[in-house]
Amino acid sequence: MKLRTTLHSVLLGSLCLLSFSAHSELSIQITQGVDNPIPIAVVPFSWQGAGVLSEDISQIVMNDLEQVGEFRPLSRSNMLSLPSEEREVYYRDWRILAQDYLLVGKIDRAPGSQLVQVQYEFFDINREIKLAGEVLTGSVSQLRDIAHEISNVVFEQVSGTRGAFTSQILYVVADYISPELTNFRLEKADYDGQRAQVLLESVEPIMSPSWSPTGQDVAYVSFETDLPRIYIQNIATGDRRQITNYPNLNSSPEWSPDGTKLAMVLSKDGSPDIYVQDLTTNQLTQVTDHPLIDTEPSWTEDGRSIVFMSERTGQPQIYQIELGASSFDVERLTYDCFQCLNAKFLPDGVNLVHVRRETRQDPNYQIAVLNIETLRVITLTDTSLDESPSIAPNGSMIMYATKFNGRGVLDAVSIDGRVKFRLPSTQGDVREPAWSPFLN
Amino acid sequence: MAKQSIQTIKMGLMAISLFALVACSSTSDTEEGTMGDEGSSGRSSPTNPGARTNPGSTQGQLTQEEIRAQNALRQTVFYFDFDIAEFKTADRETLSFHARDLAANSSKRVRLEGHADERGTREYNLALGERRANSILNYLIVNGASRSQIEVVSYGEERPAQAGQSENAYSRNRRVEVVAR
Repeated sequence: MKLRTTLHSVLLGSLCLLSFSAHSELSIQITQGVDNPIPIAVVPFSWQGAGVLSEDISQIVMNDLEQVGEFRPLSRSNMLSLPSEEREVYYRDWRILAQDYLLVGKIDRAPGSQLVQVQYEFFDINREIKLAGEVLTGSVSQLRDIAHEISNVVFEQVSGTRGAFTSQILYVVADYISPELTNFRLEKADYDGQRAQVLLESVEPIMSPSWSPTGQDVAYVSFETDLPRIYIQNIATGDRRQITNYPNLNSSPEWSPDGTKLAMVLSKDGSPDIYVQDLTTNQLTQVTDHPLIDTEPSWTEDGRSIVFMSERTGQPQIYQIELGASSFDVERLTYDCFQCLNAKFLPDGVNLVHVRRETRQDPNYQIAVLNIETLRVITLTDTSLDESPSIAPNGSMIMYATKFNGRGVLDAVSIDGRVKFRLPSTQGDVREPAWSPFLN
Repeated sequence: MAKQSIQTIKMGLMAISLFALVACSSTSDTEEGTMGDEGSSGRSSPTNPGARTNPGSTQGQLTQEEIRAQNALRQTVFYFDFDIAEFKTADRETLSFHARDLAANSSKRVRLEGHADERGTREYNLALGERRANSILNYLIVNGASRSQIEVVSYGEERPAQAGQSENAYSRNRRVEVVAR
C-alpha cells in the first residue's frame, strides 16, 4: 500500500515536471522502431524517504531504452509484482509476461547526509541470473545522471556496446522575433534534449559547434563582430576567446582527436580552403589549395588525415588528404552522387557518414553511409532537407537536423537505419547538433 | 580539367565586364550629347515632378542618365539562380551604375552580403554566399570601384529574407545585398 502511494506520487511528480519543462526543453518522440524489440521490465524504483523525488529514475531508464529502438519496456500496469530488490524477484512472474530482462531498484536517503543512494539490480529472466547491480550515490539533482548511468549498464549488458545515455549534445537555436531580429542561441542539453542550458546568445548568427575531445570546450563560429570568426569557450566556466581573425570567411572548426589542433576553413586568399591551426603555438598550416570551394573538414580517427568537401570537379564531392602531403595529393571518396557533402568517418574508419543529393533533378538532401571498401551506400533518412549529421560516441546513432512542419528539428537515426527518434522543438528553429564524446 | 573550366569562367567574366565597360562609356557619350540641348528639349521625366515646376531651368533637372543612375542605385538586392554563384546578366547594367557611383565617390563604402537558400549544407551555403558576393565584388572592381571601398561577408543560409520551403521563398533568399556603410 505504501509502495503504491509512493509510486503514484513519483509518477505525479514527474508528470508535473514534464509539463513544466515542456516549454523550455526538447522532448523525445520515437518515430520508428525495430520489428522485434527486446522485451524488458523496468520496475518503478521504491523510495523510502520523505517527500516526492523530482525525477522518476525507472521512467528515465525506460525512455532511454525505448529511444534506441531495440527495447520494448513493459507497461507498468501489466506488471504482476513490483519488486525492488533481488529477494522479492520471482522469475516466473516475468516469464509469464514474456520478458527477457528485468531491472529493479530502490532509493534511500544516504545516512546522515542530503545525498540519496540508488541501488539497482539487473536480471536475465531466461537464465535466471543477476547480470549487474550496484549502489550509486548522489544528490537529488543528480538523479537524472544516475538514471542514465543505469541505462548505460543495461544497454552494455544486453548489446555488448557501451551506452551513450550520459552523453550530451550541442545545437544552435534561431528564434525569429521579428523580420529584423533573430535571436541565436548555442545550447547544450542531455542527449535526449533534457536540461537544456544556454551557452551563448547573440542577435548575430552562431554556427558550427564542435566539442573538444575531452568534452570540456566547444569551438564555434559567431558573427558577433559582424564577420564570421572562430571562438573557443569553456563549457563549465563560460570563459571564451576569439581564435581567428583572418580576412573573409573563418568557419567550420573541428578539433583534432588529440585536442591540440583545430581544422578550419579560411578564404583569406580568395577562395575557401582547409587549414589547421595549432592551439598552443597558433601556427597555421594550409592543407588544401584550390580556387573552388573546399569546406567541411573532419578528422580521421588517427588524426593524420582530413576528410573534406570540394567543388573541384564542378559539384560538391568528398575527398581525403593526408596532413603534410602536397595539396594536389587528394583522394576522391565519392563518385555516384550529384552532390556529396559534410562527411565524417564512423569510428570503424570504413563507413563514411555524409549528406547526399542523388541527382541534379531531385534537390533532396539526405543522410547516408558509404562503405569505402565495398562502395555500398545506405541512405538512412527519407526527408528532404537533412543535414549536419553528428555521430553518437558509441557509433550507434546519428543525430541530424531536418525540417518538420516548416521548422528546424533534430532527428536521430540508428546506424542501420532501423530506428528513428525526434527531439521536437517548442520554440524556434533547432539545427546543427553536435554529439559529445564520452564524458565520463 | 577543373582548372580549365575556371579559366574559362574567369575569361568569360572578364569579357562580360569589358563589354559592360564599353557599353557604359558609350552610353555616357550619348548622354553627354543630350546634355547640351536639355533646356530646349523639355524632356523632363514624369518621375521627377521637381523638374516640371521649373521647366526652363537647367538647375535641379536630372538628365536621363542621372535618373537611370538613381533608379539603378535604388536596387540594392540582386537575386541568383539555384546552385549558381554568378549574378544574372540582367543585373549587369544596374551593377555598372553602382560601380561608377563608387568610383566617383571614393569616400563611399559598401558591404556586399551574400546569402543562399536553405538547400544544401550550411557550410557549403556559407561558401556559396561568399562566391556570390565575390562575383559582384569582382564586377564592381573591374568597373572602377576600389577594393578598399567594399567589404564582403557571407551569411550563407543563416539570414533568410523569407521563411518557408516554397520556391518563391528560396528565390528571394538566394541574393546579394549591397549595404551602404
